[in-house]
Order: sequence, then C-alpha cells, then structure tokens
Amino acid sequence: MAKKCEMKLLGSGGSPFVTRVKFVLKLKSIDYEYIKEDLANKSELLLTSNPGLQKVPVLFHENEPISESLVIVEYLDEILPNVHPILPLNPLDRAHNRCLAYYIDTVYCPWLKKFMLTRDSEKKEDMKRLIIGGSAMLEEAFVKLSKGGTFFGGDEIGYLDVVLGCYLGWFKFYGIVFGFNVIDEARNPRLAQWGKSMWSHEAIMSVIPSDEIYMNFFKMLPGFLPPRHVHA
Amino acid sequence: MVKEKVVLVNFWSSPFGSRVKIALEEKGIPYEYKEEDLFNKSSFLSTINPVHNKVPVLVHNQKPVCESLNILEYIDETWTDLSPRFLPSDPHQRALARFWADFIDKELYESSKKIYRGIGEEQVIGKNEVLRILKLVEGEIGDKPFFGGDNLGLVDITLIPFYSRFYTWETFGKFSIEEECPNLVAWAKRCLQKESVAKSLPDPIKIYEFILDLNKYFAK
Repeated sequence: MAKKCEMKLLGSGGSPFVTRVKFVLKLKSIDYEYIKEDLANKSELLLTSNPGLQKVPVLFHENEPISESLVIVEYLDEILPNVHPILPLNPLDRAHNRCLAYYIDTVYCPWLKKFMLTRDSEKKEDMKRLIIGGSAMLEEAFVKLSKGGTFFGGDEIGYLDVVLGCYLGWFKFYGIVFGFNVIDEARNPRLAQWGKSMWSHEAIMSVIPSDEIYMNFFKMLPGFLPPRHVHA
Repeated sequence: MVKEKVVLVNFWSSPFGSRVKIALEEKGIPYEYKEEDLFNKSSFLSTINPVHNKVPVLVHNQKPVCESLNILEYIDETWTDLSPRFLPSDPHQRALARFWADFIDKELYESSKKIYRGIGEEQVIGKNEVLRILKLVEGEIGDKPFFGGDNLGLVDITLIPFYSRFYTWETFGKFSIEEECPNLVAWAKRCLQKESVAKSLPDPIKIYEFILDLNKYFAK
C-alpha cells in the first residue's frame, strides 16, 4: 500500500474530475496528501507538471506526475488491482465501460456545462432537452450494466459509478439553483435509486464536496456572472 | 475452436478509423472492411453505435466496440499473444502513453479544423494551436524511433493518421510542419516505412481534395 508521502493529489474543490480521483483513492484506502490549487492563479507546480493542459487533477506518485482523471483512475487500478478493483476484468466489459465514460465526459458533461454557463433562456432549454435525453440513455445503460445490482459495477462500486458519481454534487446543485433535476425520480427511477445508494456509501459520502464549495466554484467560472455581480 | 470474426466499419478519410486499421494490420488480425457513407448513414451503423452513430466501429464476433482509442485498448487486451503490445507493462509508462494519446485525441482534430474551415484570424489561431500541440508531442519522442520504443505504440498509432492531413493544413495555413517540427516529421517518415501504416493511411492529396469538396458542401 502506498505511504502518505508517496502519493499527492493536486486539485481544486468543486472539480468533478478531482472528486473522481478522490473516490478511487478512498475506495482503495490509499493515503495521500491533498494540495489545493488556485485555478485563478495557477501554481508553478501545476504549470510544470502538466504543461500540455495545465488542469487539475494531477496525481504525483513518488514525485512523478500523472494527469487526466480517467488516466489516473486506470493507473490507481493497475498499481493496486486487488484492493477494490474498479474496472471489470473482461476486455469487452472494459470497452463498454470506457466507451460510456467517453460519452459522459465528452458529450454529456459539456451539455451540463453549457446549460450552466448560457444566459440565453432558449439555449438553456435546448441544453436541458439534450441532458434529459442523455440521462434517459444512461438510465438504459445502468439497467444493462448493473445486472440487477445496486451500482453500475454490480454489487460494488465500479468504474462508471466513479465516472458518473463525481457529478452527483453538481446534480444536487443544479436542483437547488436551477430547479432542474438532471437525474429525475420519475424519468430515471433506477438512476435516482443509484444516486441515493451512492450518497449513502461511506466512501462517497466522505469525499463529495459541500454545497459551499460548489457555489464558490460556480462563481469562479469566467463569464457566468455579469461584472457588477463579481464584487457583491 | 471459435472462429474470430472481425469487421471494421469506417469511412476512408477518418483518421480515427485509420488508427484501427493500423492496429489490426500491426497485429496481423484478419478483418473484413465495411465502408460507411457518412452522408447517408445506414441503419446498420445506428444499430451498432446507438450512442454516437459514428465511425469507426469494430465488430468482434457480432459485438460492437466504439471510439478509436477504446478500440485500440480492446485489441491490445483481447489479442494478448500478438505483438507488438501497444501499451508498455509498467503502470506509470502506460499512464503517460494514455495521457498523450488522450491529449492528441481531444485537441488536435478540433484545432486543425480551424485551419481549413476557418477564415482570417481563426485560421491563424488554429495554426498556432496545432503547432503548439505538435511541438509538445514531439518533445516526447526523445531518442527512440517511435513513441512506443522500438515498435509502434498507442501514441504512434493515435497520431500518425494525421500525417495524411499535414499537406492540407500546410496548404490552407501557409506554413511548413517540417520546418517547425523536424523531429516529428522524421518520426512520421519512419512510421510510413511500416507496411501497416503505409497501407492504412489515405493519400494526402485525396484528403486535400476531399476537404475542399466538404468546404463547398458546408458553404451551401
């Protein structure tokens, strides 16, 4: 098992990608040092360890940096394969999991971001419609992949639980601020149940950031609030 | 013994599809090639890729696998006895390879479109973004013949199909990639000496003509 000084995570509070890595570190009982990054004032550490993207999370294992949350998740799974395995073993199941993760991160997540950022009410409605369609697709995927279990991974939390679960805090926030249920009990009953199971899982509960962190992260996103609100 | 049936559904100009072709050829895996007309998508494609309705799709014993990088890992994990392995065995080296492949996958295609589909300032932005990406990636080759070492690896296979588009980018953007990234172009030429790459990459002039046609099509 990795000692605390060997593993460091550079992150910022509300980022779902950081939360995702924290989930896996918790599930695999890996001790680590958390280094908080100010994304409005990027540190030398971030700029030098991740010159391509300059984004969080960055994992440092024995001072070697690894970037991209999904790459980090697979790395952690490979260095500790026998402690709470994350990805399934079968290549076809792994391929299906990775493909859906790609959809969540490159299609579904950008819709969520556009919905949050756009001030045009018509565009907001367009994004809402797309997100509702996406959630319906994820509901179908959940039914297929969970095979009757509580999680995407079956009886235990697996890859897609971690990939989608990192957005749960954001989904709750969207309900509070926008009155929009990304995962809705009536439209997506199995996913809604999955969400409840995730929230009450000890490893997840201890990692999901507080509402205050989301609100602060939300205010930091450029272009969202008109300038007169920034100093309020 | 179960007979392996492998079908690659692709569109000839897709750099993502070329990745899969190279991977199958490198490992010597027999496959059937099916060309999909992207301007008249078949109902077959929406059946095998309902999420994205995109190519390439690898259909292995009637089970579809989508997304090119995902397909490369699937091929590497399924045909484990066939060399070369696209990913190294060391977890940290694997993470680095996945990072760079992901970086190329997410950034290069979108930035390059600004060069041939954008006008004025957008073209310049696209050119600068593409050069930034290529220079960053070039820095990772070092003294090795390929990113994967002595053989083609995940990063080589992810990047090399874009070589067919260098002529298009250079012509639209009025610059020379060889002048800006000589080591990268030297690497590309080494890749082209491999039969798997030479037979999988579309002709650069055909790509240029296709993009000219596409621009006219989108302008309507």
